[in-house]
Amino acid sequence: MDVHAARIANLLVGNAEDAAVLESTLAGPALLFMQATVVALGGGDFGATVDGESLAPWHAIPLRAGATLTLGNAQRGCRAYVAIAGGVNVPLVLGSRSTFLPGRFGGFEGRGLRAGDVLALNDVATPSVRRALAASLQPMHGNEIRLIAGEQQPLLDERSGNALFAAGLQVSARSDRMGYRLEGAALQLRAPVEMLSAAVTIGTLQLPPSGEPILLMADHQTTGGYPVLGHVATVDLGAVAQLRPGDPIRFVPISLEEAQQLYLERERTLAALRRVLSFPP
Amino acid sequence: MPTGDGAGPPQRDVVVLTEQPPHIVPLGDRALVVQLGDRIDSGVFQRVRATLQRLSGAHPAIIELVAGFASVTVHYDPAIVGGSTVDTPHATLSRALEQRLADFAGAPPLDARVVEIPVCYSGDLAPDLATVGERAGLSTDQVIALHTGARYTVQMIGFTPGFPYLAGLDPRLVTPRRGEPRTRVPAGSVGIGGEQTGIYPMATPGGWNIVGRTPLAIFDSGREPAALLRVGDEVRFAAISRARFDAMASA
Repeated sequence: MDVHAARIANLLVGNAEDAAVLESTLAGPALLFMQATVVALGGGDFGATVDGESLAPWHAIPLRAGATLTLGNAQRGCRAYVAIAGGVNVPLVLGSRSTFLPGRFGGFEGRGLRAGDVLALNDVATPSVRRALAASLQPMHGNEIRLIAGEQQPLLDERSGNALFAAGLQVSARSDRMGYRLEGAALQLRAPVEMLSAAVTIGTLQLPPSGEPILLMADHQTTGGYPVLGHVATVDLGAVAQLRPGDPIRFVPISLEEAQQLYLERERTLAALRRVLSFPP
Repeated sequence: MPTGDGAGPPQRDVVVLTEQPPHIVPLGDRALVVQLGDRIDSGVFQRVRATLQRLSGAHPAIIELVAGFASVTVHYDPAIVGGSTVDTPHATLSRALEQRLADFAGAPPLDARVVEIPVCYSGDLAPDLATVGERAGLSTDQVIALHTGARYTVQMIGFTPGFPYLAGLDPRLVTPRRGEPRTRVPAGSVGIGGEQTGIYPMATPGGWNIVGRTPLAIFDSGREPAALLRVGDEVRFAAISRARFDAMASA
């Protein structure tokens, strides 16, 4: 969900950015390491400890064989990422190592992890490193989410057009990896509109007839037929992934030009980080 | 769920060409939509197919192409397109794709695969068969004859992975979606939703009227390609007995 956090955590342990990581939502596991390796945390702060000593997000540390990394409950943010040197060894399915829970494929046996599962790691020669990501590079997450206008946004009635960008929207408890339902403002179009189903993407904000917008996330369907109010700028998708049920969400308009500019800047920063962190130096 | 207008069988020998350049609009900051019409018909659909073919591999920044009823969506990486001080990645890529689509007139007629799907139209595998028949004033045998007698075109793959939206349903079988969707429709279920018919690749919630079930795996993540059908395929249904279904399902 927070792809940016997962990419940085991977870079901190010397992995390719798309190596398989572990994602925890709201609460995390205790992981017993049966071999020495290097791990890094990214995303939310789950009060993680290694054999009792605390390990903050955006840090990488070496672990000895027999060490236990414990993630607690989310203290800040919603999702935490554990990157392990070499990456978790799971097969590539449809070009991805992610788990697709609704389809029960991908990742580790197509399911969430359970106590007792044993995960294999890819072999890699990783120097025993300690690293901390500079504070200036750590993603800052707030509740302001920048939204590129969608094709049907001008069709909102006047009250709804204002409500879309006003305080009052919040993430519903009926939210998951497929999409966030946003409650607090029943949005309406001036008149119903007939739509042909067409592609949607991560960050697409749809308006079903109920008036409760749905913000599509990582496990979104590939096509949709609801009016589209906007698209979250890619650079803010991590912030959305870190929102919890009940959190307020406030949209701020952004132009496509600016959103793409911010994306290019972020990719340049990641490329620089990749050069600095690559093994061997 | 989409609505259809009951587009007829594909016109195999005619590719309807664009009279005007396709209209390209952004879909967020990492995708764009090539709009090819505003309705569902076989001419627009042929343009969708020709566009898919024409854009396949057309630019290194393209990650994936997704066919809609009257559009093709292009997912891309703006960092690979790059940007200049003058143009955004969206503007740069749009121009490249417009050029690629400019000489549409040269598009050759497209090959269509014909795929036969065995379906058992009986008992608990077809819970809504009677409803579809009653609505149309037809016996269940007549419904089966009409459903197996038509040729369908895969117009879109969507909803869940591998779900084919098929055009070509006999107008007499048009049946609105169920008022209350089922919370679980078994994998392989063949449904009628409005003017379309389709097959559920995996057990999911669903609101279409279920008239039968196929023992074939419509989607298998371990298979290459994972989806049995692709956009443009011609599909025919063939009725099979329950015994044959059970044998194929357990094979």
